[in-house]
Amino acid sequence: MPSRALTGRCAALLAFAGVLCFAASVRASELFVSNEVDDTVTVLDGDSYKVIATIPTDQRPRGIIETPDHKAVLVCDGDSSNIDVIDTRTLKVVRRIDTGPDPETLATSLSGDQLYVSNENNALVTIINYATGKWITQVPVGIEPEGLAVSRDGRTVVVVSEETSMAHFIDTRTWQVVANVLVDNRPRVAVYTPDQRYLWVSSEVGGTVSVIDPRSHQIVHVINFQIPGVDKQYIGPLGIQFTADGRTAFVALGRANRVAVVDPRSYEVEKYILVGQRPWQLTFSPDRSKLYVANGLTNDVTIIDVSSEKAVKSVPVGRLPWGIAVVP
Amino acid sequence: MLALAGVSNASMPSAAAGAVAARAFPIVYLREAYPGPGIMPSLLETQPDDLGLAGAEDGTAEINTTGKFLGWHFKLYVVTLPAGADVAAQVRRVFAPGPAVIVADLRAGDLLQLADAPAAKNALILDIRTTDDSLRQQDCRANVFHILPSQAMRADALAQFLVEKRWSRWFLLQGPTPADAVYAADVRRSAARYGARVVAARSYDYNPGSRRSDTGYQQIQTQMPLATQVGTDYDVLFVADETDLFGDYLPYNTFDARPVVGTQGLVATAWTPAFQSYSALQMQNRFQLFAHREMTERDYGGWLAVNVVGDAVMRGRQTSPAGIRAYLRSDGFLVAGFKGEGLTFRTWDQQLRQPVLIAQPLMVVSMSPQAGFLHPDNTTDTLGFDQPETQCRLGH
Repeated sequence: MPSRALTGRCAALLAFAGVLCFAASVRASELFVSNEVDDTVTVLDGDSYKVIATIPTDQRPRGIIETPDHKAVLVCDGDSSNIDVIDTRTLKVVRRIDTGPDPETLATSLSGDQLYVSNENNALVTIINYATGKWITQVPVGIEPEGLAVSRDGRTVVVVSEETSMAHFIDTRTWQVVANVLVDNRPRVAVYTPDQRYLWVSSEVGGTVSVIDPRSHQIVHVINFQIPGVDKQYIGPLGIQFTADGRTAFVALGRANRVAVVDPRSYEVEKYILVGQRPWQLTFSPDRSKLYVANGLTNDVTIIDVSSEKAVKSVPVGRLPWGIAVVP
Repeated sequence: MLALAGVSNASMPSAAAGAVAARAFPIVYLREAYPGPGIMPSLLETQPDDLGLAGAEDGTAEINTTGKFLGWHFKLYVVTLPAGADVAAQVRRVFAPGPAVIVADLRAGDLLQLADAPAAKNALILDIRTTDDSLRQQDCRANVFHILPSQAMRADALAQFLVEKRWSRWFLLQGPTPADAVYAADVRRSAARYGARVVAARSYDYNPGSRRSDTGYQQIQTQMPLATQVGTDYDVLFVADETDLFGDYLPYNTFDARPVVGTQGLVATAWTPAFQSYSALQMQNRFQLFAHREMTERDYGGWLAVNVVGDAVMRGRQTSPAGIRAYLRSDGFLVAGFKGEGLTFRTWDQQLRQPVLIAQPLMVVSMSPQAGFLHPDNTTDTLGFDQPETQCRLGH
């Protein structure tokens, strides 16, 4: 697929200045969207948002991330108990890594040498050597482990367990759980603030975001959301993303069909951006000028312009889009 | 602000890392050895001995996973009263150590005996079995909370779905029991609430007999069309057969080619083994591993009741039945039950507020409330008896 590597403008010039253009060709970023029901990953061009490829995966693809070197996108196939490794150059599944039962989400170590996988059905986090695919260890945590966060010093992996409603802090040197913080019902996602001072945990059924001090393991604040005209029980916080400067946070609100814009200093909600139905996970474009929202029920991705905080476009993907990885 | 930091210890098995010394919390599972329901119409319907109890046991194991990290250990004490027992007399020993938290797997009459026993005055009773409207209305009790949806909630849940489908002309076929009469009245109430019409109604006193014979379906095939020939055009047959006498014979045996909804056919329920949305799939998997069978509605009730207690103790930090009761009635309480929203109790009748599944035997078809049915406070309160209609006077 050589044309994939060229921007549209460059392709038009190709007939006149092929060599020059080839030399100057800039490969646009790409979005990889896991479609839980279709057993596919949709690849979108980061400029045109046109579908470049639809990659067949194993069964029930959900958690999806890019490796730190951007050479691969990794997707958890919950019903096949493995990770599909997608080569970001060929856009093909080139390898499968055994994870144990029902992997839901994953994260990598800072260097990318280790994978951390939450096994939803059996209350474990599996630690895997990425190069060999061998399991390093398994860490027992609460029931239905889901979202994972890795501290910037690489010393802590946090996993939230939906049924147990806790954030578990795992020491990566000993693989021991060193702290458990009870949060509101059914936590889904954990994200460190860019300055690493806080960990935000979204609780889908509780309807809140807990702000945890990762040193004291205390909850220092609980963020609530109130939307005029929307029943409280429909507000289900899920994906969380911070701008690089840490001054703005975006929180997907599930069945409230909105993304909240939150000031992390005051914890005030500044705005609610209407997106598709049941927004789940959020991901930034490489330059963080766009925020991508996977809308589970409307089978599309909403693109939010970060500076104006407006939804500018929605593009169709596969059925039940779960998460998005972005490769520059 | 709950957090517990354990110190990692190489000699400690990792499963126990972060665990602390546990305080015990007892929960009593109270049931009566009722005679079995007899032979069910379908061979596919089984009646496990541990219906409800297996859910409560699984739920106890799950809240103990949280408890392990927070220093609580919940223990389920199963008390089985003999059939026909004088509940009020029998439960004295249950309350001998003091006020208790009870998961009640009892029929309506026995539940009231329990609730009204002097020793139970300060107990907390979580009813996981009944659906009777009367227990949520004139016979409500301050010490009883109801986990499963009432008959009226079920009728409303189906009614909203039918109105959304524009199948609004109903033929109401009512069985012989008092519970059938209550449900039939609920169906009429739902029709009036949502703009549907009962265009035909009939009582049907079917005697199921032995239920098993080599020629069974041949007679059914002539009896059911006769019972359902009404000469009025209708959209759906709404059956009120709370004791499963004949309802399951109706689909495809009606005189007219019409769907069957109500207590059989397309039903309204809190749970079915076919439900997989909102993480229910993980629950079904866990229960199957635990009990080696499918999770029924009463199992779900048992699981949820125990989780209500776990939440009140560990999140609400309440340890007395009175404290738990106040917490369950407060804004702070919310329990997760795989319905995509937090579940809370209605303060006016202590009925758990919950979306209700609309299901056929193999699939979940929908979940009510349906979009477009509005309520000033909480859309889920469009199901069942809302505050202005309640006849419950808790007198607390």
